[in-house]
Order: sequence, then structure tokens, then C-alpha cells
Amino acid sequence: MTTNVTVFAALCICAVFYLLARGRALAFASRTAGTFQSRATFHGWWVGLVALAPVVVFIAVWAAAGQWIIETLVLQKLALADAPQTALQRQQFFVQIANILDGRAVIPPTPQVLKSAADYNDYLMLSRTAIGALSLFSCFACGLLALRRSNLNTPAQQRVERVMQIALLASSIVAVLTTFAIVLSLVFESLRFFNLVPISDLLGLQWNPQSSLSFTSQEDLGSYGIVPLLSGTLLITFVAMLVAVPIGLMSAIYLTQYAGKTFRAFAKPMLEILAGIPTVVYGFFAALIVAPAVRRAGQSFGLDVASESALAAGLVMGIMIIPFMSSLSDDALAAIPADIKDGSFALGATTAETVRQVLLPAALPGIFGAILLAVSRAIGETMIVVMAAGLAANLTFNPLESVTTVTVQIVKLLTGDQAFSSAKTLSVFALGLILFCMTLTMNAMALFIVRRYRETYE
Amino acid sequence: MSNANNPLTSASSALWRSEQMQRRIAKRQVRDRRFKRLGLTAVLAAAAFIVVLLSVVITRAIPGLSQAQVSLEVYFDPLVIGATPDTAATVAGRTAIVYANYGQLIAEAINRRFADVSDPDKQRQLRTLMSPGARAALRRKVLKNSDLIGTKQSIWLYLSDDADFYLRQRARSVEPLPMTSLTTKAATWLNRLQDENLTRRSFHWLFFQRGDSREPELAGILGAVMGSFLTLTVTIAIAFPVGLASAIYLEEFAPKNRFVDIVEVNINNLAAIPSIIFGLLGLAVLLNVFHLPRSSPLVGGITLALMTLPTIIIAARAAITAVPHSLREAAMAIGASPIQVVFHHVVPCAMPGIMSGTIIGMAQALGETAPLLMIGMVAFVVDVPGGLSEAATTLPVQIFLWADNPERAFTEKTSAAILVLMLFLFAMNGLAVYLRNRFETRW
Repeated sequence: MTTNVTVFAALCICAVFYLLARGRALAFASRTAGTFQSRATFHGWWVGLVALAPVVVFIAVWAAAGQWIIETLVLQKLALADAPQTALQRQQFFVQIANILDGRAVIPPTPQVLKSAADYNDYLMLSRTAIGALSLFSCFACGLLALRRSNLNTPAQQRVERVMQIALLASSIVAVLTTFAIVLSLVFESLRFFNLVPISDLLGLQWNPQSSLSFTSQEDLGSYGIVPLLSGTLLITFVAMLVAVPIGLMSAIYLTQYAGKTFRAFAKPMLEILAGIPTVVYGFFAALIVAPAVRRAGQSFGLDVASESALAAGLVMGIMIIPFMSSLSDDALAAIPADIKDGSFALGATTAETVRQVLLPAALPGIFGAILLAVSRAIGETMIVVMAAGLAANLTFNPLESVTTVTVQIVKLLTGDQAFSSAKTLSVFALGLILFCMTLTMNAMALFIVRRYRETYE
Repeated sequence: MSNANNPLTSASSALWRSEQMQRRIAKRQVRDRRFKRLGLTAVLAAAAFIVVLLSVVITRAIPGLSQAQVSLEVYFDPLVIGATPDTAATVAGRTAIVYANYGQLIAEAINRRFADVSDPDKQRQLRTLMSPGARAALRRKVLKNSDLIGTKQSIWLYLSDDADFYLRQRARSVEPLPMTSLTTKAATWLNRLQDENLTRRSFHWLFFQRGDSREPELAGILGAVMGSFLTLTVTIAIAFPVGLASAIYLEEFAPKNRFVDIVEVNINNLAAIPSIIFGLLGLAVLLNVFHLPRSSPLVGGITLALMTLPTIIIAARAAITAVPHSLREAAMAIGASPIQVVFHHVVPCAMPGIMSGTIIGMAQALGETAPLLMIGMVAFVVDVPGGLSEAATTLPVQIFLWADNPERAFTEKTSAAILVLMLFLFAMNGLAVYLRNRFETRW
């Protein structure tokens, strides 16, 4: 909370400096005739920004390093025998302290830990006050200095615009940083997992993670063969594609080649509604209606269908992907110049013949790219399979049986309450990394195919 | 046909009109019609699915939006409450009112109504017909008006979800299914109450006024709606400025170089990453590195902001590109600096497109569930969250939690919550379309 107060106070000070600098520039401008370097508002902005800069620096530095500094100080106060030895123990030690300070201690703490917690709290309070005072003082000092030094020749506008351009550049880097953070966190946590479980175990045929209490013991970690997860994911994706590709492609063809204006005006928003339904609703529908219906239908044919069959989850997922598939195919078809279509009609071909023998071959790279993107989407889809697919990792290609997927396992392993550093929870990041690589490969392939095989008609 | 004298054309037109050729043309046209029907079937299949889905959700949601009540003559016994209207204002009286055994008041009222049931076991069964919320309702009444103490009032109180379901079945004159939790004896009691006109159904306001609960008739969506609202506030506060700024940079200021190419490819890739991966990012970075509060709208909002960022950037870039170059040149010609050109002229002109893109991104974030599961927003939260760092859940996550619940009454609550969520989504998408059509200038 103290940080919030500091930031608020600093912003107030900056606002005052803005008004002061702007007022000064306005007063000068009214007294003197002639041209000026910058308008008064820019002088205000410049002084305000200069005053804000040290606060941002202080808070950023403290956010990055503050905790580490406090932890080191707390550990130095501790007797050598009580100090945690390994990095992991150190982490657990401070998690315990954080829990005590939050008032939700799980294990009754030892006196040493309690004392360290008190130390920690003292340092925290002290540091917050110190950082607050320091940043407010430097805010005031910098603002005053900038105000004193600014005159009518100060290039305030150029400077403010430079700062704004840098801010715009920084914003565009956020997206890149997000990707880096995703890759780094997935790789880093996966490496921790591979320290516990050798990477070759992933090729096993058994998926049965166990949470072991002792962190170091190798015996009861369970088995981490991802083959059944991948086969389940692919099975459900395959079923989904059997639904989505024909329906999506055919509706795109109908809407672009056959449908009249009024029909399109009704059908396009309809597909958008389908695309806008949240996946959790699809999942609810799959579990409540489709899965029992599939089961009943199977039983009437004398088939034994699992209540969480891959077929039901795949069907609903396919419906979810229809609008995606349809709009991408639509784009692929629209990219073909009208001349080619007209040429085909001029030769006397029917619309169906034109579509099948002229348009589809020409749009094939685009449609293939669309299918790859749809597959990537189906692989990463979570809620439908969490709600409608099973938990048991069966290695089967029978769509009537229950299978599990990579995303289902990620959700199920993380929603239970357990120690974060166990092999069971760390395996989630390995699964995440596999998922990330799979979808990235699909997307890259789609992009490559579209670029490489696209006909250019100019 | 007009120049039948020409031997070449007449020969080919003769061939064209030959019976064999006509058959072939007819066959080709049949094939064309078949292809067309196939396409129509595909579109209608998608439409049929929407109709089925909406009708399932709506038919299941409607019973969830009403609740059966029973009228009971409750005697507010001063001895049971431990306070009288005179002592109610004192601290002791107020404490007594808060902690009084209202269950006993209800039990006595039921026993008076069913004087013929004397077996204690049967009496216990009778009590289970009432919702646990009835006690809280009595407490609220007494807290609001302490003059009730010592009087006898007839009050409408909630029935339990099983009783509610039974009465609904009976009203539809469907033979009630045999239920494990409701005995035939209990059914006859309910029949008696209904025949004496002591039961009614009313709109279930409580559903919109409360947080989650283990009892379906007491569970509400206000907590989840507030959680969604707080989460989306964080999301829009981050995603909109950052997304707009990066779109401006990439469209207006970025030099043509390798770095900018990487940024562009990267944004397109980010848009295709599965949402659950963003949840893992939130878990690994926001929770484990920055130690932000678990299950909070703050963490959920940041995670969803990173997820919707590409959507907003792509939409904003499209809107900015659509602004004609002559506008920029005109502004520059009268002496505006590049920043002034962008912020005073280009961005205001592109605003309708940017806003509709942002709203679509927000609708996407509102419907998102998977990343929020990763950062612990699946907790059972009874209280309505009031701050960004409190434990909260959002509307889709609440739907997920209720859908997991096997009780029939929760299926209805789930459908009702889905209905509310879809109304929000329709409203947001409608607003985006309206903004686009109403304010967008065609250059």
C-alpha cells in the first residue's frame, strides 16, 4: 500500500510542476512578442516528466532487486546452523515467512522462523518508507531543477515528443517480451522437471504422475510417458477436423458462390455468433447433451460407448471450429481473381465444376493453411476437453473410448492444491512446452505453405 | 443460332442439341444442384446447432430463474431469539438477534402447520423441505424490524431445491420421478401445501444478489459478475493503451528493418498461441516470480491483457492504415509535428475502428476460462469481491464450477449463468458493430 501512496504523491507533485512550468511559459509568452521554441503545454509536460523519471527508476529498481536484498539481509541475521542450505530450502523458508506475514501459516513455525519473519517485516517497512521518502525527495528536486533551468529556448516539444516516441517503441516491445517470457518460463520450468525425470521417460507409453512428498526420491514420481496424451489429443483433433473441414469449407463455398445477398446477410452474423460462444458453453453442452446422446446412439447400435467418449468431445470441438475454418477458406477463395472464375464460366462450366476444378485447386495452399491453423486451434483448445473428455490416459484410437489430452492434463494437474515444486506440477510446464512447440510448428507451416505455394496473379 | 447458315456453328449447335448432349448437360446441372444443396446443408447444420444450443440453454435456464416459496406462520418467539423489541437496540440484544436459532422458529412453524405429524423422524424430514436460506431470511427480517419479535407473521420462505423441483414437476403434471432425497411422504406434504395455495413461484432475485454457495437455491452470480468486471477493468487498463501505442508505433514511426519485422511476425504468432499457455505464463511469472496475489482479478486481468493484446494491435493497425495519407500530409503542411499529426488527427479518425477492435478483444477476454484456471481463479468464493487483490472468480469460471456439480438444480443455475454471460457478450459485440457502422468514415 505504501508504494501506492508514494506513486500517488509523486503524481501530485508532477502535476503541480506541470502547472507551474506551463504557467511560467504562458506568462513569458504574454509579455514577450516573437516566436518561441515550444508551446507552454510542452514546457509543462517536460518539467512534469523530468520530475516523474526518478520515481519510476527507484520503484523499478526496487521491484526488481528489493526482495533479494531483504532476503539476504534477513539471512545474514540468522545463525549459520539455522540458515537454509539449498536454494530450494531457501525458497521454502521465505514462502513460510510470507505465509506467516499474511496470517495464514499452515505449519506451526519454529522460533527462528518467527524471528526471521519479524526481521523481514521490519526491513520491509523500513525499505518502503526509505524508498518512498527518497523517490519523493528526488521527484521534488528534479522537478525544481528542471523548472529553474527551463527558459524560452528550451526545446521542450522535441524532448517531450522524443519521450513519447520511446514510450510507443517500448509498448510495441511488450508483445515481444511476452513471447520471450512464455518461452523462457516454459523452458526453465521444464528443465527443472527434466532434472527430476529424464527426458527419455517422455517417450513412455504410461502417463501416471504421482505427487511424491519427498522432493529428492526418485522412486514414486510416477510415469511420464506422453504418448497416450498425444494420441488422445490427435484422436479428438481428428474427429473435430472431420466435422469442421467439410462443413466449414462447404459453407464458405456456398456463401461465396451460391448464396444471395439476403441469405449472406443472415448467415455471416450467424457464423460470427457461433465463433463468439465461449468455449466453456460448448463444454457444458458437450458434457450435458452431446456425450449422453452419443452414448445412447452407440448403445442402440449395440456398441459400448464410454460416457466421456472422444467422439462427443471431438464433435463439439469440430462445431466450435466451423466458423474459423469457414472464414479462413472464405479468404482463400476471395483471393482468387474474378477473371479466372469468369473464364471458367465462359467455357460453359457449371458453378460446381468451377469450384471443384478451378477455384479449389487455385485456393488449395490457402485452404491447406486454414486446415493447419484449425488443427493448431483444436490442439490448444482446453475447456471442451476438460469438461467432456476423460482423465484416464488410454492409448487407443477408438473414438468411442475415453481418452485424455495434453490440455486436460495441464488443467487437472494444476487445479489441485499441492506443493509447487513437485514433479507432478512441474510436468505441466513440460506439457505446456510441447503444446507450444506443436502449435507454433503448425502456424509456421501454415504461413510457409501459404507463402511458398500461393499463386500470384499480377 | 442467329447465324445458322454458318456451317461450323450449325454443326456444333446440332451437336449441342443432340439428345446425348442434352442428357449430359442435365446430368451436370443435377450435379451442380447437388453441390449447392450440400453447401446449404453445411450452413444450415451450423445454424441448427446454434438453435439447439440456445434452446437447451434457455429451457434449462428459465426454471433456474424462479424459485418456489412456501408461506409459513412464524411466531417470533422472544424466548428463542433472546431479545424483545425493547432490548433489540442494545448490544446484547443485537448479538442475540444475530446468533439466534432461527431454525427452531421455522421448525416450530412447520410443526404447527403439520400438527398431525408427531414422529420426530418425520418432523426432521419436514424440516429438510426448507432451504437453509430461510433461516438467514428470518434473521434479515428481524434485524431490519425488531418489532416483529413477539408477533406472529405469515412469511414467504424458500423451499429446498429438491422440493422446488418436485413442485415444478407436479405443476407440469408430469409423474414425478422417484427421488432418493424426497420421500413419498414428503411429496404428499408438499401436495398438501400446494393444494392449500400456500406455495408460490417467484422470480429468483437472490440469484443476482449473492455470491457462490453450496446450496443451489442460495447460489448467485453477483460475485462472479463483479469478479469479471474487476478482471476486465485491469485488462482494458493495460491492453488498450499498450495495444494502441504499439499499433501507432508500428504503423507510423517504425523504420523498415529486421527488428520491426520480428515484432510483426511475433504479434501474429502471439495471436495463435493457445490461451492456456498464457495461464502458464501467469503462473510462472506473475505468481511465482512477482508474487502477486493468487486468484486475484489483478493477476487474471494482466494475463488476459497479454492474451488480448495481439487482437487489439491488429485491429488498431487496420484502423490506422485506413486513414488516408492526404490527411497526414495536410496536418504536416500546416506545421504539425509527427506526434501531433498522429495524436491530433490520425488516432481520432481511427478511433471507431480501434474501439470496436478493443471491445471485441474484451468480449474474447470475458468468455475466456482456461488461463484463469491456471492462476487459481477456480476457488470457491462466497463473498462478492471488492478489490483487485481479493480472491475472486469470473463468470465463465463460475459456469465451469457449477457445470461440474452433479446436482440437478446446479445445471439450471449453470444455464442461467450462461444466459447472463451470452447476453453480456451479445451486448458487447453489438456495441462493436454499432460503433463501426455509426462512426466509421469511409474514405
